[in-house]
Amino acid sequence: MTKNSVYISQTNCITPLGFDVTSNFEAVLAGKSAIKLSENYPMFDAVPLGEISNDEINHRFTEISPSQDYSRLEKLLILALYPIIKEKKITDKSILILSTTKGNITLLQNSETIVSTVYLGKLVQKVADFFGFKTEPIVVSNACVSGVLALSVAKRMMQFSDYDQAFVVAGDEVSEFVISGFNTFQALSAKLCKPYDKNREGINLGEAVAAAYLSKEKMAKNVAIIGEGSVNDANHISGPSRTGEGLFRSMQSAFKEAEISPEQVGFISSHGTATIYNDEMESIAFERMNLHRVPVFSLKANFGHTLGASGLLESVLSIEALHRDLVLPSLGFQELGVSKPLIISEKVQSKKMNYCLKTASGFGGCNTAILFEKVKNNG
Amino acid sequence: MANLKEELKTKIIETLNLEDLTIDDIADDDSLFGDGLGLDSIDALELIVLMDKDYGIRLADPKEGRTIFTSIQTMADYITANRTK
Amino acid sequence: MDKVFHIAAHLTIQNNQINLNGEELYESNAEDFISFSKEVYKYLEIDYPKFFKMDNLSKLAFLGAEILLRNQGLNDSDNDIALVLANRSSSLDTDYKYQQSIADKESYYPSPAVFVYTLPNICIGEISIRHKLYSENTFFIFESFNAAFLTNYSTHLLTSRKAEKVLMGWVEYFQGEYKAFMCLIAEEGLEVFNKEIIKEIYTK
Repeated sequence: MTKNSVYISQTNCITPLGFDVTSNFEAVLAGKSAIKLSENYPMFDAVPLGEISNDEINHRFTEISPSQDYSRLEKLLILALYPIIKEKKITDKSILILSTTKGNITLLQNSETIVSTVYLGKLVQKVADFFGFKTEPIVVSNACVSGVLALSVAKRMMQFSDYDQAFVVAGDEVSEFVISGFNTFQALSAKLCKPYDKNREGINLGEAVAAAYLSKEKMAKNVAIIGEGSVNDANHISGPSRTGEGLFRSMQSAFKEAEISPEQVGFISSHGTATIYNDEMESIAFERMNLHRVPVFSLKANFGHTLGASGLLESVLSIEALHRDLVLPSLGFQELGVSKPLIISEKVQSKKMNYCLKTASGFGGCNTAILFEKVKNNG
Repeated sequence: MANLKEELKTKIIETLNLEDLTIDDIADDDSLFGDGLGLDSIDALELIVLMDKDYGIRLADPKEGRTIFTSIQTMADYITANRTK
Repeated sequence: MDKVFHIAAHLTIQNNQINLNGEELYESNAEDFISFSKEVYKYLEIDYPKFFKMDNLSKLAFLGAEILLRNQGLNDSDNDIALVLANRSSSLDTDYKYQQSIADKESYYPSPAVFVYTLPNICIGEISIRHKLYSENTFFIFESFNAAFLTNYSTHLLTSRKAEKVLMGWVEYFQGEYKAFMCLIAEEGLEVFNKEIIKEIYTK
C-alpha cells in the first residue's frame, strides 16, 4: 500500500436475503438461497428467480423519503447508499458512480412516450440529486463485469484526480426483458444453479443492489484495492474464450500491479454463473494463473445472477469474508465438472489470510479481476 | 420438399443477415456450421427460434440442434417429419 | 513532469459524412444509417460478413475504429490499444427493438441475435474481435460528451501502463440520429492530448 492507495471502508447490500451486509453474510454462511420458483411472469412458468419484496422496499423507502416519485430501482439504489452516505459530508470532491446493465428497462413496457430516466445518465442524476452531489455522476455499463469495474473506475479516478470520496452503487432488477433474453439464449436453469458442477445446466436470475464507500483514508477494518485489470477476450460477443484469455490477462494485470503472487490469495470469489462455457473458461484461466490450489466459491446460487449488481454485491460479501478470515461455501456444488482441477469450497472454513481475488466476466468478451488487501489493525 | 428447402435458404439468409448470399450460393448439403456457411452459436439459437416460430417445432433439448442443423437437407427432413404449422 | 500524450488520429461520423483528422473522407446521400453504413463498408473494402449481424451502434463504432486503426500501420502485435467509449443512450435503440419483440404475447419469439446487442459494451467487443485487441475496455454513460473525464481516464490508463494506446470516443445512436467521435491516443501524434483540444475537435 502506498500514499496513493484507495480503501473501501464501508459497504452495504440489499438482496431478497436481507437489507444489510450482516444479514446477507449470515445467510450465505447458513447456505441459504434467495432463489424461488416465481409465478410473476406469465410467459415463463415457474422460473427460478431471486426477487426482493416490493412491500419491504416501499416500507423502508417511506422511512427515508416522503416522496414516492422514484422507480423501484431508484428506491433500491437510494436505500443501498443511504446508510453509507448519511453521515458523510458531500463536497465537490465527492463522486457518485453507478453500475448497471439495464437500469430502468422495465419502464419501456408501459410507455408510449419515453420516460426520461430510461436514460442511465438521468437515472444516476436522480440518485445523485437525492443526496445532494455537486459533481457530475458517472455510469459504468459494461455487462456483467460492471459491478467490479465500477470499483476499479472509482479507484482509478481517485488516483488521477482530486476526488477524495467515491460512492459506488450497483443495481439491476429482474425483468421480463432479461428473463426472455436469457431464455432465448437457452441459458436458464429450471432448478437451483450449480456453479462448477458436473450437472450444471445454466443460470438463475436475481436482483440486488450494493454500495461501497472509497477514500484515501486508511482506517482499521478497511480493505485496499491493490490491483485490478479489465481485459477483453477478443474472441466472441457472447461465448467466452476457450483459453480464458481475457480473464487470464485481467488477473495478470491485477497481480502485476499488486506485486503479490497467486499463492498469497486466500480465496477467489469468482463469476461462476453455472453455464457450461463460463465455468469451464474460468477453470482454464485460474489454472493458467497458478491459482488452482486456491479455494474458489461462486455466490450465484445464493442470489442468482444479479447482472450489473453481481460484481459489487459479491465483492462486498467477499470483503466481509476477508475481514473475518472465512472462506465462503460455493452453494449448489457437488461434483467437479470442469476440466481443470479447481478446489471448490464446499463449506465455511476458517483461514488466516490477507488477500482475496474477485473476478467477473460478461457478454462482449469482457472480464475483470480485482485484488483486495486487508488493512491490519496497526497499519 | 424442394419448396421447403428453397424457403429455408431464403429464411436463413434473411434471419441471419447473410449479406451478399443468394439461394443459389447454398447447396442442399453444404455444411451450415464450421467450414461451410460458418454460422456460429448465436445463429444456432436463431435457428431454434425459427423452427418454433415458422414450423411450430420446439426442440426438447437444444443440443439436438447440432444434428438437425447440419445442412439445409437435414433441416428440411426434420421439419417435414415434425412440423405443426 | 507529467508525460504528454498525443492524438494520433481522430474522426467524426455524422450526417452521412466522415471526417478524418479534420478533412472530409467520405460523404453520401444515403437515406438512412443502414444504407450509409453499407456504403461505407463497401467504400472501405472491408471483408467481414459479421458486420451485417451487428446492430446500428456496433456498426457505427466498428466503422470508426476500422478507419482510425487502418491508417496507423499497426502490425499484429500492436494489440494493447485500450477501448474507452461512451454515449448517452446506451443500447436503447436496440432495447426498443427487443422490447417490441416481446410485446405481443400471442406471437412471442424474442431473438437472441437482437438480445445480445442490448448492452452498450458489445460494440467494444466487436472492435476487440476484429482487431484482436486484448486490452482494457470500459463503456461509460453520460448525458453529454464528457471530454474532461474521458481524457483523464484515458491518460491514466497510459501513465499507469495499463495500455500502450487508447481508442477513446463517443458513439451515440438512437432511432436514426447518430454521432461518432473517436480518437486514437498514443505517445506520438498530430496534436497534444488534453481535454481542451478534445472538446474543440468534438464540437467542430
